[in-house]
Amino acid sequence: MIFKGKVFKFGDNIDTDAIIPARYLNDSSEENLRKHCMEDADESFSSKVSKGDFIVAGNNFGCGSSREHAPIAIKACGVQVVIAKSFARIFYRNSFNIGLFILSADTGGIDDGDMLEVDTDAGEIKNKTKNTLVKAKPIPKFMSELVNAGGLIAYAKKKIKEGKK
Amino acid sequence: MSKPLTITEKIILNHTDLNEISSGDIVNARVDIALGNDITAPIAIKEFEAIGISEVFDRRKIALVPDHFVPNKDILSAKQAKMLREFAKKFDIENYFECGEAGVEHALLPEKGIVLPGDLVIGADSHTCTYGALGAFATGVGSTDLAYTMAFGELWLKVPESIKVIFEGKPKKWVSGKDLILYLIGQIGVEGANYMALEFTGSTFKHLGMADRLTISNMAIEAGAKSGIFEPDEITENYVKSRAKRDYIFYKSDEEAEYAKVLNFNTGTINPQVAFPHLPENSVDINEASAKNIKIDQSVIGSCTNGRIEDLRIAAQILKGKKIAKYTRLIVIPATPDIYRLAEKEGLIDIFMDAGGVVSTPTCGPCLGGYMGILADGERAISSTNRNFKGRMGDVASEVYLANPAVCAASAILGKIASPDEVS
Repeated sequence: MIFKGKVFKFGDNIDTDAIIPARYLNDSSEENLRKHCMEDADESFSSKVSKGDFIVAGNNFGCGSSREHAPIAIKACGVQVVIAKSFARIFYRNSFNIGLFILSADTGGIDDGDMLEVDTDAGEIKNKTKNTLVKAKPIPKFMSELVNAGGLIAYAKKKIKEGKK
Repeated sequence: MSKPLTITEKIILNHTDLNEISSGDIVNARVDIALGNDITAPIAIKEFEAIGISEVFDRRKIALVPDHFVPNKDILSAKQAKMLREFAKKFDIENYFECGEAGVEHALLPEKGIVLPGDLVIGADSHTCTYGALGAFATGVGSTDLAYTMAFGELWLKVPESIKVIFEGKPKKWVSGKDLILYLIGQIGVEGANYMALEFTGSTFKHLGMADRLTISNMAIEAGAKSGIFEPDEITENYVKSRAKRDYIFYKSDEEAEYAKVLNFNTGTINPQVAFPHLPENSVDINEASAKNIKIDQSVIGSCTNGRIEDLRIAAQILKGKKIAKYTRLIVIPATPDIYRLAEKEGLIDIFMDAGGVVSTPTCGPCLGGYMGILADGERAISSTNRNFKGRMGDVASEVYLANPAVCAASAILGKIASPDEVS
C-alpha cells in the first residue's frame, strides 16, 4: 500500500508511557487514547497530527509496557505507518496484530515536517521534501500477511472461514 | 545426532508439532498459561468476542488477575475490573482472583504454582518474563495475542536467539538480584537484548534464592529481551514442589548450543546499583549515587520486581527501630495477600508503620503511575520497581530512581539516596 503525509519526528527510546501514559489506561476507548497519544513526548501532538501522517523515530521505539493501547492510540490519530531505526519487540508485534504498518529503516536523514511517500509492499520511503529514497528492512512473509489481512483477529476469522481453524 | 539446542529452543520446540527449529523461525506454539490483567484483558475480551467463537480453549489455562488499578481506583477502573469478572464468570475461568485473593500477577502466579518449569507462558503484560526464573519460557505480548490464545490455545512466536549471561562468585553484602540485573542493563543497554532470550547461569545463583531469580527474570524486558530464563535446579525444585498441582519438566541447554553472545561478570566486584532517570540502563554504583546527595520525597518498596517477603524482610531489617526522614513518604506494598499476611505475622508491618511508613494492600499502584503514591511535578522517588521512564510514577516533571529494597529503606531514613551501610 502507498501512504503520503507529513513527518512527526521523535528521538530514541520513546517508551509506551510516553506514547500513552498509564493515567489514561482506565479507559481503552479509541477516542480517549487518541486524545492523549504521545502526550508525555509532545503535549500538542494529537491536535497537530492529520490522517496519513507518519511518526518517525530513532532506536527502540515503543519500549516498556506491553500495552496495546500504544499502537491503538497511534492508529486512532490517523497515523498508518511508524518508521524507526528499531522497535521494541512487544510494540512491534502488537502493531502487526492490530494492522498498523511498521518499517525499520535508517531515519537519520528524515526531519520533522518532511513530506513522505511510503510504499509498504516495496519497503520504500521517498522523502519528497529532500528528494531522497530510503529502503526499509524486509518484513517476514507471515508478518506482512498478517498486517495486510488487517491484523491477527481478521487473519483468524479468515482462517475460520477457510476451515483451517 | 540432532542439533544442540538452548533451553529456550527446547521448550518452544516441545510446544509445536515440528521436529526441529532454529532461532529466527516463526512458529505456532501451544500455550500452557495465558495471562491478562485489568488493563490489558478488557481489550483482549473485546477482541475475543470479535473472533466470534463461543468457548475459550481451556478454562484451566487462562489466568485473569485484576492488580493494576485494583482495588478499583475510580469508576472507569471499576468498569474494567467488572469486565474481567464477568468474563471469568461466563467461562468459569479457574485462575481468576477476586480482590482479597489477588496480588501483583507476577508474584501471585509463581506463588500459587500456576506457572511451572518447562511451561510456555504468554501474558498481556511485559513483565510476564518473570517466570523464566522457574525454567519456563515466558514472554510478554499484547491484548490481541491474548485474545487469540484464549480462543485457540496457541500463538505465533519467533524463536529467539539467546545471550548467555554468566555471574560468577559470591555477591557482596546488600547485593541482590536487583543489583545484578540493573548492572547488566547498564552494561548492555535498554536495547541490548532486543528480540533475544537472556539465559542466566553461574555460581552466584547458588548464593541467591528464588526471589532474586524472579527479580532478575522480571527485568529482562528492560534490556529489550523476549525472556530471561534460568536452568532449573535444586532451588527451583524446592520452590515448586509444594506448590505444583500438575507435572512439570526441567529442561537444560545442550553444552554445544549456540549463543549470539556470552557475557561474563565477576559478581564480587558489583556494588548495589541505582538507575538514574529516565532509563533503567542509567545504573551507577550506590557509593557514587550517595555522594551526589540526591534528596528524595518518596520511597516505594513493592511491585512484581521486589514486593516479595524476602524484599520486605530486608527492608524491615534496616528500618527496625528507626524513623524515616521528615517530609518523606515511605510506601510499602506487599505483592500478594500471602506475603501481606506473613509480613504481619513476622512483625514487619509494625516495623514499617513505627518508622512512619504506610502499608498498602497488594496492587501495582504507583509503579506505573496508577495510584497509591503518585508524584507531583518536581518530586523525586526512589523505588524498588522496574521502570524510571519520564513521568512513569506521576507528573512528567517528576523523577524515579530504581534500586533494591535495602537501598530504598536506607534512603527513606536519610531522606536522600543512601547506602544501607550509612544507617546500620
